[in-house]
Amino acid sequence: MHEVSLAREILRILQEQARMQGFGRVHRVHLELGPLSCVDPEALIFAFEAVTADTLARGARLELHRPPARGTCRHCGHGYTMDSLVTPCPRCGGPGRILSGLEMRVRDLEVSGGHAGTSREG
Amino acid sequence: MCTTCGCDDHSPLRIDGGSLHPHGQGQAHAAGQRERRSIPVEADLLARNDAHARANRERFDSARVRALNLVSSPGSGKTALLVATLERLSGEIPLAVIEGDQETQRDADRIRATGVAAVQINTGKGCHLDAHGVGHACDHLDLREDGLLFIENVGNLVCPAAFDLGAHHRVLVLSVTEGDDKPFKYPDMFRTADALVINKLDLLPHVDFDLAACEAQALRLNPDMVIFRLSARTGEGLEAWMDWLCAGRPQAQQADDRDEDELETLRRRVAELEARLQRAGLMSS
Repeated sequence: MHEVSLAREILRILQEQARMQGFGRVHRVHLELGPLSCVDPEALIFAFEAVTADTLARGARLELHRPPARGTCRHCGHGYTMDSLVTPCPRCGGPGRILSGLEMRVRDLEVSGGHAGTSREG
Repeated sequence: MCTTCGCDDHSPLRIDGGSLHPHGQGQAHAAGQRERRSIPVEADLLARNDAHARANRERFDSARVRALNLVSSPGSGKTALLVATLERLSGEIPLAVIEGDQETQRDADRIRATGVAAVQINTGKGCHLDAHGVGHACDHLDLREDGLLFIENVGNLVCPAAFDLGAHHRVLVLSVTEGDDKPFKYPDMFRTADALVINKLDLLPHVDFDLAACEAQALRLNPDMVIFRLSARTGEGLEAWMDWLCAGRPQAQQADDRDEDELETLRRRVAELEARLQRAGLMSS
């Protein structure tokens, strides 16, 4: 369950952003999660709900955005979509080199409230 | 909109003939605060760990220490491999070990019995080491020039994959009692390791483990992977492993050189694999 570590990291980012950008409450977190990243989406959502329970993000929705993973063939150089870490090249069957699909990034947030502490909901 | 209850200034109610909000509050002061707004962040979840990992790597480089992160499932023989390795290298080059386990000092005790300094990290409920913890563990060690630092991760073939510790190499230990299909079952770990040690080779006659099939899966995930077949218990195959450990120290290469070297290794490996595929094709036809 390294998803717990990752969920704690999301919370840490939210708390840091709350201080920097002056908001008291988080309602929605848009997370880009590459389909080849080593994360179980359901476990991450479960862990996020658990670690944010008494925080500025309690009840917030963690929305996962999963852009397709791209790879290029190590043999013929053909670019293609990778469904897994071992998806072979559709042209020649060669092994792929991953170009994208490993992302784990908080993209943007839906927030409200003023500086932490001024809002009742902070 | 009011920050207290969320009402706005269009309310039909009036207090003392005026606004609900004294001193003009409830208008400008609260405007926007309860309204939801979108803010960009663009923050990588691994950025903080990666920053610690970079700091660790710089520390290792400046001390001219080569660091290895040993990962595997529990019971693959990481500690036995380490003990066998340390016994052979002790007195020849400076050695240090960081042990990671959820509980107990047992592994650090096993290492210290060889005369090598060891620090034990207990992660409690944690399922992997991270770069921050490794940095602090290094504070308790004397990292001497031209030495080797072994970091034995928590036994877990899943979670440690995502966390760079700042080591120069990630060594995956797999024992023949675990099954030859582990690479495709745990692809993240195999993809990110640059060396594979297939351990407990002395047990091979007693188990159904197809070495070639296992290695082919591992190389499919990572064509650059260096593979060692050995038995930490009998010492069979340890020499190649020791040669690899002792070669390449210290890591003083520039990044560009390293990229070029990696590219060259990759080209060689692709050529080897193609030859193997061709041979396999000829044999099966």
